[in-house]
This record gives sequence, structure tokens and C-alpha cells, in this order.
Amino acid sequence: MCVALPGVVTAIHDNGYATVDFSGNTVEAARGLVDIKVGDHVLVHAGCIIQTVQQDEAQELASLFEELQTLS
Amino acid sequence: MGIETYIDYLKNYDGPDVTFMEVCGSHTAAIAKSGITKVISPKIHLVSGPGCPVCVSPSGYVDRLIALARQPETTVCTFGDLLRIPGTSESLNEAKGSGASVEMVYSPMDVIALAKEHPDQTYVFGAVGFETTVPVYTVLMEQVESEGITNIQVLTALKVMPPVIRWLCDNGARIDGFIAPGHVSVISGSKHFEALSREYGIPFAVTGFSPKELVVGIYGLLRMWEQRQKLLAEGESLTKNFYPSVVTHDGNVIAQAKVEKYFEPGPAVWRGMGEIADSGLYLRKEYAALDAGSRGLDEDHKINKACRCDQVLMGKITSEECPLFGKVCSPLTPQGACMVSSEGSCYQRFLNR
Repeated sequence: MCVALPGVVTAIHDNGYATVDFSGNTVEAARGLVDIKVGDHVLVHAGCIIQTVQQDEAQELASLFEELQTLS
Repeated sequence: MGIETYIDYLKNYDGPDVTFMEVCGSHTAAIAKSGITKVISPKIHLVSGPGCPVCVSPSGYVDRLIALARQPETTVCTFGDLLRIPGTSESLNEAKGSGASVEMVYSPMDVIALAKEHPDQTYVFGAVGFETTVPVYTVLMEQVESEGITNIQVLTALKVMPPVIRWLCDNGARIDGFIAPGHVSVISGSKHFEALSREYGIPFAVTGFSPKELVVGIYGLLRMWEQRQKLLAEGESLTKNFYPSVVTHDGNVIAQAKVEKYFEPGPAVWRGMGEIADSGLYLRKEYAALDAGSRGLDEDHKINKACRCDQVLMGKITSEECPLFGKVCSPLTPQGACMVSSEGSCYQRFLNR
């Protein structure tokens, strides 16, 4: 039920929606919950963008290791 | 340390038995599909909690949706999983088979096009969900309001996680740590679980859904559990975020503000568990015109008296310990909600036996 899938924003529309590409399949997703721009990687749940995805792998790993470091 | 190191640690763990609960239906499904339980030490027990919003909606809610779908010029729209959940005497799917007007949709926003196309028909959206999905309904409300659409309502069964986790901790669930729901945390932030972890001294690991993310999350949870006294003494939080690609400490503040605008907390009935204070969300009175009668839908009937979904949802027994599991109760002949939803713990246990 809480499944959310990552895609890439390819167009932003004036009607509150954006086009999101999921590996070649495109959908119109509502964009009222997140400030986005074309090219952003986003998480879509139930037809609505709920978050942008951190694409900087180094940054993500740094955050993860920061958490794990206190536990090693 | 690489992922193999974490897998080895989980595989070779030989300390006291520990029980970790996931409270997200998507984690239930992801853990079952990953095969992770076959790799980690038998001393690490993973149990499923009340993390599927469809499974925990009481029969009275389904009954009300069916009653609405049988009213003239009224159509009930909702997600596919909810169509199969049993009410007192039938499911929405069965009601559709005997003439009730029921439509399955992918997104709440799909209702807008239907409502515009058929202005004489009232569309009621069966709005179930946890913190992840509630903001999506606020986007629907905004569009309904801004476009002056008058033939859309919602029947809500919306719930939030912290009160039910508190209820589990207070009612004898023997849980050593929680795999905190990843997509709930996208909206609410990892801070959502800090008070609980502090109050009960139980670790929470915000975790993603891929096999690697699950390994990291469960490893982090185990290490927190092992070091909990030291971490508490040092003033460290026992809530940690192992899903940093999409989860932040504070979450999606735009979404939180919209939820606050439209909804207020109230008591909610969880299937098999009863009423839990402040565990539900209801439309505020200024938006009452959008509500198809969501309050007070408290009736909760079992289809089969031997069904033990309630104890499965509390992590007190595994699905296999229910006397009906795999016998009269299967995905084709579900006797309880945990076997109906594709994210139900019994459904996943049955598929991955």
C-alpha cells in the first residue's frame, strides 16, 4: 500500500502535474507536495510525487556510514 | 565495511534471541521476497506488525463503503487491495458482482476525471492509508476545492503509526526493535520515532526496501540493540536513518503542513485490536462536506471465529501458528484480512512458503 517508485521528471505542467519517466513508461503525477524541477529523480506514490531522491551516491553513503559508524 | 560484512554478522549472530518487527506492509512483502530470513541467524526473528492499512481497516468501514456503492447515482472508487477485504457479509468485489457501483483506480486523482465526465454521479473515494498516503488525499482535496467540484467525497480510514506502536509495547508484544516504515518516514521524517525509542529504550531503524537496504537496516537495528545501554548512557538516539536517499530527519514539511490543514487526530479502530486513541486522522469540521461519514465506523466482525489475524498483527504468533493458515485460509479462500491484501503477512508467508 505504501509502495513508492523512483522516476525522473521530464516535464512540469501548469495544472499541478508533472510527467515522470519510469524507465521508458511515463505517467502524469501530481506535484503539489514537493518543489521539483525537470531532471529531478523523484519518488511517486499513488500518483503523487512525495519526495526527491538523493542522487549523489557519495553523499548518501556518507550519511549511511555516519549512522553506522556509531554502531561498529 | 561492505554489505558482505553485514550479511556475515547477521548470519553468524549467536547472542540472545531477538525479535524485530516491521510495521510496513511493503517491508513484509520485501522481506518475504528477498529470502533474507533464510540467510540470517535463527536467533534473529523477524515478525510482521500492523503495517498494512488495508488489513487493519475494520469490517464496519468496508460495510459503509458497500452501503454507499449501493446508493443510487453513487460510485465507490478505491485501490485494488481494498476491494477484496471482507466486510461483515461481503467484500466490495462481491458487492460489485451483485450490482453495486465500484471502480478500482490507481490514484485518488483518477476520480477527478470520472467526476467531471459524469457530473450527475457522486464519487466516493475509499481513502485508506498511513502517513505516506494521507498527503496524497490533501492534493485531491485541493484540486476539488480549487476547481469547485461538488460530486467527490471521501470515506476515510486513515491511521498513523506511533500510537499503535505504543499500544503494542504496552500490551505485551515482546519486541526488541522496530524496522521503521521507510515511506512513512519519507513524509514524517525519522524524528517520528524518536520519542518512542527514548521512552521504551527500543531501537528503531528507518529502512529501505531493496535486499541491500534491508540488510543494512537489520544490521543497524541489531547493533543498536546490542549497544542500547551504552548508546542511551551517551545520550545517543536509538532511532537511526538507514534510508538517507529519501528520508531526512524532518521529513516532507510541505506534506506535513497540508495534512495538518485538512486533518485532525481522533480515535480509530484497528481490525482485531480495538480502538486506539489518537491513532486515526479525520477531516476537520470545516471540510465536513467532503466527508461521506467516516467517524464511528467501529464495528469489527471476524468471518471465521478461529481466525487469529489479530494475534498475527500484534506479532504474538506467526501466520503458520494460526490453525486456519494453509488449510481453509489461503489467498483464494481468505478467512481474515492478513490473507487478503498482497501486503498482508499471511498472504506473503503463504506465497513464500
